[in-house]
Amino acid sequence: MTIDATRRGFLVGAGAALSGLAIGLDPRGALAATSATGGNITPFLTITADGTVTAIVKHFEGGQGVATGLSALIAEEMNMALEDIRWAHAPSDPARYGNLFFGGFQGTGGSTAMANSFLQYRTAGAAAKQMLIAAAAEAWGVDAAALALRDGVISGNGQEAGIGDFVEAAARMQVPAEPKLKEPAEFRIIGKEIRARRDTADKIDGRGIFAMDVQLDGQMVVALKRAPRLGAKVVSFDDTAAREVRGFIMAQALPSGDAVLAYAETTWAAFQARDALSIEWDLSEAETRSSEAIREELLEMVRTGSQFTGSAADLATVSAAIDGAAQVIEREFYFPMLAHAPMEPMGATIEPTEDGGVIMHDGAQFPTANNMVLGQVLDLPPEKIRINTLYAGGFFGRRATPSSDYIVEAALAFAMTDRSRPVKLVWSREDDITGGYYRPAMAHRVRVGLDPDGGILGWDHRVAGQSIFKGTAFEQMIVRDGVDGSSVEGIADGAYTIPSLHLGLTDARPATTVNWWRSVGHSHTGYVMESMMDLLARAAGADPVEYRLRYLDEAEPDGARMAATLRLAAEKAGWGAELPAGRGRGVAAHKSFGSYCAEVCEVSIDGDGVVRIEKVTAAIDCGIAVTPDVVRAQIEGGIGYGIGHVMRDQITLENGAVHERNFPDYEPLRMRDIAAIDVHIVPSTEAPTGVGEPGTPPAGPALANAIAAAGGPRVTRLPMTLSGVAFA
Amino acid sequence: MTLTLKINGETRQVDPAPGTPLLWVLRDELKMTGTKFGCGVAACGACTVHIDGTPERSCQALAEDLDGAEITTIEAIGGSPIGAAVQAAWTELDVVQCGYCQSGQIMSAVALLSEIGRPTDRDIDDHMDGNACRCATYVRIRAAIHRAADILEG
Repeated sequence: MTIDATRRGFLVGAGAALSGLAIGLDPRGALAATSATGGNITPFLTITADGTVTAIVKHFEGGQGVATGLSALIAEEMNMALEDIRWAHAPSDPARYGNLFFGGFQGTGGSTAMANSFLQYRTAGAAAKQMLIAAAAEAWGVDAAALALRDGVISGNGQEAGIGDFVEAAARMQVPAEPKLKEPAEFRIIGKEIRARRDTADKIDGRGIFAMDVQLDGQMVVALKRAPRLGAKVVSFDDTAAREVRGFIMAQALPSGDAVLAYAETTWAAFQARDALSIEWDLSEAETRSSEAIREELLEMVRTGSQFTGSAADLATVSAAIDGAAQVIEREFYFPMLAHAPMEPMGATIEPTEDGGVIMHDGAQFPTANNMVLGQVLDLPPEKIRINTLYAGGFFGRRATPSSDYIVEAALAFAMTDRSRPVKLVWSREDDITGGYYRPAMAHRVRVGLDPDGGILGWDHRVAGQSIFKGTAFEQMIVRDGVDGSSVEGIADGAYTIPSLHLGLTDARPATTVNWWRSVGHSHTGYVMESMMDLLARAAGADPVEYRLRYLDEAEPDGARMAATLRLAAEKAGWGAELPAGRGRGVAAHKSFGSYCAEVCEVSIDGDGVVRIEKVTAAIDCGIAVTPDVVRAQIEGGIGYGIGHVMRDQITLENGAVHERNFPDYEPLRMRDIAAIDVHIVPSTEAPTGVGEPGTPPAGPALANAIAAAGGPRVTRLPMTLSGVAFA
Repeated sequence: MTLTLKINGETRQVDPAPGTPLLWVLRDELKMTGTKFGCGVAACGACTVHIDGTPERSCQALAEDLDGAEITTIEAIGGSPIGAAVQAAWTELDVVQCGYCQSGQIMSAVALLSEIGRPTDRDIDDHMDGNACRCATYVRIRAAIHRAADILEG
């Protein structure tokens, strides 16, 4: 059933001949068929002569369930059981495996995998079905309309045979211009309760291969000692002590002076040698601020005028509305930097090939960026670079950065050798936690004026923080009129219809490298918006669910879908039912990545003030939920990720250097932290939207609102443990 | 230094540098990569193996101290009735997401069920607390441990 993950990447990537049927896109981008891979077609699916159907998955599997989701699309259109389909990661080929939302760039992010693949993979499956039936009809001399395909068998007119018998004939046929897709009423897999994750078998007995697991003959392992602060550079290093480590090969400084690399025969030797290096750093240009100083800078920024405006309403009008209000609710919020800290630390292996090229073995979030970077660093043309995509041990955004940080390190590490041996870069957990590319620290200040009935008259919202996209190759896609959309998404463009909202943004001076982190800007804007809605509801004397519904315009799709999602979460959570003393419920609802998510958190607070999270109930509208159990798993995970970080995590700087080192001081969510999670899916016929990220934004504010409802503090400075909240 | 280790019932000769943790002997010398490296400081549980039936963090266990010990890793855990039941429960409930921590989760779960046949939620929280999962599959792990207990009771 399962193929070795390292090898199956090669099956397609190396262009191995296939005697069978492959359906995918030709160089012009048109759907086409062939009997062999490696020709002009890079397929979405292949069928071999023994009838085996394999989905070629263009996004990497990092736990989000995309292998299962894209396999389900093909299985649906081919009328086969999800359990019977195999899958493999696609090779790097942006022309044909590009993300339709990324302008042809092959990559995974923004919770787009299903949304951009939904019609593409169904169409390939439908074409395969139609062509196989046509081939059988021709062979049997019968009308195709009399034949049916189910579970890999074509039957009708008293005959039946496996699809493998017809793959060669089908491969010679013209691909239908518009293959007929199933109507939703005909679905047997999409939207159905099937638990058949395609990656489970690989992950319960240790056989699945992650980038960390690559073991090539003759490989060297490289560990690095990175500059202790942003801007620090290597002056010199002494590897005398490292030479005493058995298996040590050599040490080299990166040309940029950002790190010194230790090469060794094994990972343990590389770590030991790295730790034995003595390095002199030039700190003259290095960052020296502490987190406390940065926090004060950001708060000062939101207390004064903003650098950029991100809303239509002008400040004067909004200020006038607030000044004339019956009540003004004002709060400042502060969010620390956060590391992604996926379970698998970063790393990749570069293997030389006989033709002078390379294969990069990586859990590749952005294969196209990997290709470009390898080409630049190694001075190789694109055709000499292959990407073997492996399982990623979580990512949350971290396996892609605007600078392709660890990919560049791996490429440079290889470039500084004689290129005869594979070079494997391995980060330790300390390298990961201290390695930058954090969710930026952000400050918000919000002033809202209410009329005597508690209605919103004006909303003045100011944000300050370090921009993720400015100065990167992606700037033009995201930055408008000076506003980095990822700093403010989810405020003025949310599901609520808020009258007279002014949004101001000020960019902070860089203190570290920053990056997209699960749900990006929504990770802080969702917390602020939903904490404020709760505060406003209380000021208005209104029920928090009812108050939110007032600002959801159900005549519009956004308002209607969010309202239905909020009502479902409230109903399933028993919203409004009496709670014993010491318990509280909090609600939050936030739209992100095209999906609508509402969560109700229930907490208890004991006599000593210790908070326990009893239950989180969620509702998600992500359009058609292709694989509902995978959707629920992603929302469960998104809730855990959101809650774990707001509880107790932060990355801090002391004199410009990162203080936190490893899990003991960047404590992950643990088993005991959340007693129960219950996820419900809103039925929908809309096109699929994201699920990897939308569960995260409401989780933190639902918890904050629950703590306040239970009599605890109103937390506006994160993490919560810094604001006087103790957890069980 | 030449050592003889007993891993998954087989006798293996290895030659690690003195002071090498079992984790790296398994992964780099024996190419048994199912046991994962997550933190190196016994704070995440991804490297959990059984040493004489007890769950241990292989990043802290020195290979040279394991002469004569019975070591079991994720690659062979399905060979025991409890291991097979845990894997079956994990499959039935589709517990995994990224999967990188799951080797360690399964090794810890098997150890728990070996000690307590019918664990409560509290038992599970206590025994599994050292196994981190950044995908937050915890609710499913808890359910799957209960399910494995059901399977084992038949």
